[in-house]
Amino acid sequence: MDVIQIIAMAFSGTIFLVIIELIRRNYLKERYSLIWLAASIVLMVFSVWRNLLHLIARILGVYYPPSVLFLLALGFLIVLLLHFSSIISSLSDKNRRLAQEIGILKLRLSALEERTGLPASKKQKKRA
Amino acid sequence: MKVLVIVPAFNEEKNISGVIADLRTNFPAGDVLVVDDGSCDGTAAAAKAFGVPVLKLSYNLGIGGAIQAGLSYALREGYGPAIQFDGDGQHRAEEIPKMLAAYQNGADLVIGTRFLHEGDYASSLQRTIGRKILSFIVSVLIGKKITDCTSGFRIYGKKAIELFSEYYPEDYPEVEAIILAHKKRLSMKEVSVRMRPRSGGRSSINTPRAAYYMIKVILAVLIGLLRG
Repeated sequence: MDVIQIIAMAFSGTIFLVIIELIRRNYLKERYSLIWLAASIVLMVFSVWRNLLHLIARILGVYYPPSVLFLLALGFLIVLLLHFSSIISSLSDKNRRLAQEIGILKLRLSALEERTGLPASKKQKKRA
Repeated sequence: MKVLVIVPAFNEEKNISGVIADLRTNFPAGDVLVVDDGSCDGTAAAAKAFGVPVLKLSYNLGIGGAIQAGLSYALREGYGPAIQFDGDGQHRAEEIPKMLAAYQNGADLVIGTRFLHEGDYASSLQRTIGRKILSFIVSVLIGKKITDCTSGFRIYGKKAIELFSEYYPEDYPEVEAIILAHKKRLSMKEVSVRMRPRSGGRSSINTPRAAYYMIKVILAVLIGLLRG
């Protein structure tokens, strides 16, 4: 086992632990962390089992084995970005619904306050 | 029949008073709701001066989001039908009864169209071509002739209110809404109306955006057909 392999194992192990810690502290939601966990596990496997890269390269017919790493990294990034885009879409949808809901509630609240002459509205007017 | 007139308005300070006055004079039967789509001018204040309720959105959602907000309000307050009536003064309140008659004859979605009988609505060549292409695509896809699928002058019956308050397309929603209505088996009718040329303000579609508009709408229409 040479230096570079030890560094690679320490690095990928650290990434895995950092991700676990982020989830534990609720900085990262489980459903968004799965893809990162998977990536860090793949990294660990590659750093422990170095010949895997050569094996894959031979199967795929890749002449220069390290470029398999770039291929995997690129694939991972594309999946990640797609994942983010879909999360953004669903968030913006929820955001829009919230803005509409708030608008409707504000309108109904002001109508209610006008009708009942609740002190809440008077106080607010004074403050404003 | 409780009729709600939804007036979406984004920075229409100059036009909104005229629009409300027009509605009050020529269609007093309907309750007016102005949806202020995050305007940064005096749109909301101008509408409130008439004693009209204003649904103020915290930030600009675009016409689709504004209409959906209005329809959700209509659903909750027990309105039906709801009328979409632009805040820029293009639509004429005197045309509403004609459209309402079509609604009462049994239609879930009534579209006020500018072109059924070549009226006095002037349009640039580019727009005419774009409109004809869209109209052709939509008509072929849904198997029913729709002449003016981008018109924002519409009446939503109760079924349409329920459908669209649940989901309404964003970003140039008019054409997509037709496809959605077709998929959900709502009955649609077109009624010929006259419209005014735009006074103040600018159209949301200018020349550089036209290409994007066409591509986006055609894509949305095709995707819409793939949806269940």
